[in-house]
Amino acid sequence: MTDVSDIIQRLRWRFPDVELTEQATADEVPTVWVGVEHVRAVLAAARTECPLETLYDLTAIDERARVHRAGQPASDFTVVYHLLSTTCNHELRLKVALHGEEPTLPSVIDLWAGADWYERELWDMFGITVMGHPRLERILLPSWWEGHPLRKEYAARATERPPFVMNDTVRAAQEQALHFDPATLGWARHTEEFDYMFLNVGPHHPSTHGVFRVVLQLDGQEIHDAVCEIGFHHRGAEKMGERQSWHTYIPYTDRVDYLQGVMNNFPYVLAVERLAGIDVPDRAKVIRILLAELFRVISHLVFLGTFAQDLGMMSPVFYLFTDRERAFEIVESVTGARMHPGFFRIGGVAMDLPGGWEAQVRDFIAYMEKRLGEIESTVLANKIFRLRTEGIGVLVSEVALAWGVTGPMLRASGVPWDLRKARPYGGYEQFDFDVPTGCNGDCFDRAQVHVAEMRQSLRIMAQCLRVMPGGSVKADHPLTTPPPRERMLHDIETLIDHFLNVSWGPVIPAGEASVAVEATKGNNSYYLISDGNTMSYRTRIRTPSFAHLQLVPLLARGLTISDLVAVLGSIDFVLADVDR
Amino acid sequence: MLELLRQALIIIGVLAVPFLIASGLTWGERRLLALFQDRYGPNRVGPGGVLQVAADMFKILMKEDWTPPFADRPVFVLAPAIIIIATLSSFAVLTFAPGIAVADLNIGLLFFLAMSSMAVYSVVLAGWASNNKYALLGSLRAVGQMLSYEVFMGLSLMGVVIQAGSFSLGTITRAQQHLWFCVPQVVGFVVFTIAGLAETRRIPFDLPEAESELVAGYHTEYSGLKFAMFFLGEYVGITLIAALVTALFLGGWWGPVLPPLVWFLLKTLVVIAFFILVRAALPRLRFDQLMEFGWKLMLPLSLLNLLVTGAVVLWQEGLRF
Repeated sequence: MTDVSDIIQRLRWRFPDVELTEQATADEVPTVWVGVEHVRAVLAAARTECPLETLYDLTAIDERARVHRAGQPASDFTVVYHLLSTTCNHELRLKVALHGEEPTLPSVIDLWAGADWYERELWDMFGITVMGHPRLERILLPSWWEGHPLRKEYAARATERPPFVMNDTVRAAQEQALHFDPATLGWARHTEEFDYMFLNVGPHHPSTHGVFRVVLQLDGQEIHDAVCEIGFHHRGAEKMGERQSWHTYIPYTDRVDYLQGVMNNFPYVLAVERLAGIDVPDRAKVIRILLAELFRVISHLVFLGTFAQDLGMMSPVFYLFTDRERAFEIVESVTGARMHPGFFRIGGVAMDLPGGWEAQVRDFIAYMEKRLGEIESTVLANKIFRLRTEGIGVLVSEVALAWGVTGPMLRASGVPWDLRKARPYGGYEQFDFDVPTGCNGDCFDRAQVHVAEMRQSLRIMAQCLRVMPGGSVKADHPLTTPPPRERMLHDIETLIDHFLNVSWGPVIPAGEASVAVEATKGNNSYYLISDGNTMSYRTRIRTPSFAHLQLVPLLARGLTISDLVAVLGSIDFVLADVDR
Repeated sequence: MLELLRQALIIIGVLAVPFLIASGLTWGERRLLALFQDRYGPNRVGPGGVLQVAADMFKILMKEDWTPPFADRPVFVLAPAIIIIATLSSFAVLTFAPGIAVADLNIGLLFFLAMSSMAVYSVVLAGWASNNKYALLGSLRAVGQMLSYEVFMGLSLMGVVIQAGSFSLGTITRAQQHLWFCVPQVVGFVVFTIAGLAETRRIPFDLPEAESELVAGYHTEYSGLKFAMFFLGEYVGITLIAALVTALFLGGWWGPVLPPLVWFLLKTLVVIAFFILVRAALPRLRFDQLMEFGWKLMLPLSLLNLLVTGAVVLWQEGLRF
């Protein structure tokens, strides 16, 4: 695990004249404040000397309304760099205090290429100007948007603003904003010999897997350059976090990556529990792991089916969706819902497992193990499938790390980084499983890693069957929401907790915690800041798809349109996860 | 007079039956695919869903027949007609059973090859006239694919022609009374079937309309009746290729017990079912892989087949004298 003093101590030795203020956080990630004038030097040193090769997350906090900030330097907007080293398994949170209404910050794109979209998001959401960024435009919101939504003065509800009117003028302006002009990107319209063709793929296109736009600069069928446009699926999930109680926000997390169900709840409830200091009982832990792994299988089945379909294979998607339906039957009998169960609770899970769950899970595991063999022989072993995927969209591990890639995509590039192994959370340390990796980092490896991971998930589920402990599924803690019903009916203390936590919402102690889990597509983390209130002060959702989708232009250059489809399919992204 | 009536009936039959099979295929393919894919497919309208064909027809007739303002109107309208005319007229040279043929030309095969080249125009003009980038890309792919696959499609048939000693489809089928040509001409059979898949733009050669890449390829801008013509044209094309495979390699009408015409139909339907099975099983090739496969593997194979067939036939002739 992380040696807290070590990294900060090293930075102190390296920069004896720079003031580095340490901050204690609930998640025990080494956190240090640095002045904006030194931030680039410190980050550069952290990148090369520590070496924290991945910019895991980059976000900001509007501090102007925050009450509980004892021990932290004065700040109006705090920019938070979350750095990660997958090789040494340590991390660092670097905070920069910015002052005034229009703060500025130097760009770090030259240090981490993946900072590009994150810095645009800073501008879009907080109005922080990032100096030196090549294309500082809005990213999640359309270019005609006014205001920066994650600032505290920005209204969170439509009822707090004047009514919105759409007329012809507004519509015309919005349509015009979508008009594509290659000159704005600095793209040439032609070379001396030929004209480029500009092809607009999306936002509505069969293989963009949702509303996502790529504009291609084509030389014949070959992609010369590409640019992505996202944000069509943005719902303001982070802003909603500031207006929902800690408990009622759980269903919102379900919809962030709509394919992985309870896996979304996982990092959120873990972070809240970290802030509140709740220890979850063993039975709840194993139930959580069982369901999370089941949803990993569900999500990977969708990945493989749609990937094969993108390559023109018609049948696998039907087979795999039928298999997914079997998994949903289990989800249904355990949680009562299918895709969005919202089943995890602060301090446990919503209810105990139903009778007969063992048989259901056992049947499913036996069925899927056989089925995975069939998938391998019909899809992965298909000659044409291999021709279309091998050597296509190769991602080298160094590039992957610099762009913040995690999950199966990183493992396909040969980095055995799996949070369940590297930093076991929620009880994973007691389970026995392997971390499958690829060696070429191409589309085929990504598909293969996904299939191998399904096997491992089944293995973990089989262990859950064996070791499922007895006992309660909710923690004995006043902040557990809602508290166990049986006890609520018997003693006044629990009744009071129940009344407060359900009607008003639990009051989570002030503090900061960020917890990451190995979600289906990569590392998904929730960075929660509590100001000692019934609602979160700031909810930051770090999603894997956002980091992965940035890579599309890099992977697509020099390939054909058909290969672009293969690359998009192999990345395994969900637009709701990208745009939040 | 009676002879004239008979001839008229045959002509009507040859026009109607492929059309019927093709429109039946719009339902049949979906049902068969569903069978391969563990689902039901259209099974609601009429017994087993057969009347889905009528429902679809009705729906498509009622749809707005939209011509985009940016399209080249005359060409845009002409393109879907060409594909229907070209594929349907090829049926004229087929002999379905002894005496059942519209015109058993002595250049029947050449006529078919010429007509299938005509069908390329339809796809090219559709893509070009649509003035849409996806359509254009689709039709460019179609030109490259269909032109190059035609080369060895023709060559793969030459072995059969040498053995039968005729370009007439009737004579070729008659020559298979004792041995179907799929046995001595196995290479030609395989190459022709693959080329046939490519000509009809079916998976794994459906690049011109690759849904996940080009939305709908060359007919992206088409709707209503014009789209229906492309759709039907594709199925008529499949029926044609299947009928040709039957006539050239699978002994045409020859077969025990059942009447010749029934045998011909049965064999054609089996070949069609095979095409559908291929669609359920395979992914799509990339354009350069498709070209490589065609020019580097299929062409040499069919040339070799031609050479060997020629040598063997000459050798046998030599033995006779």
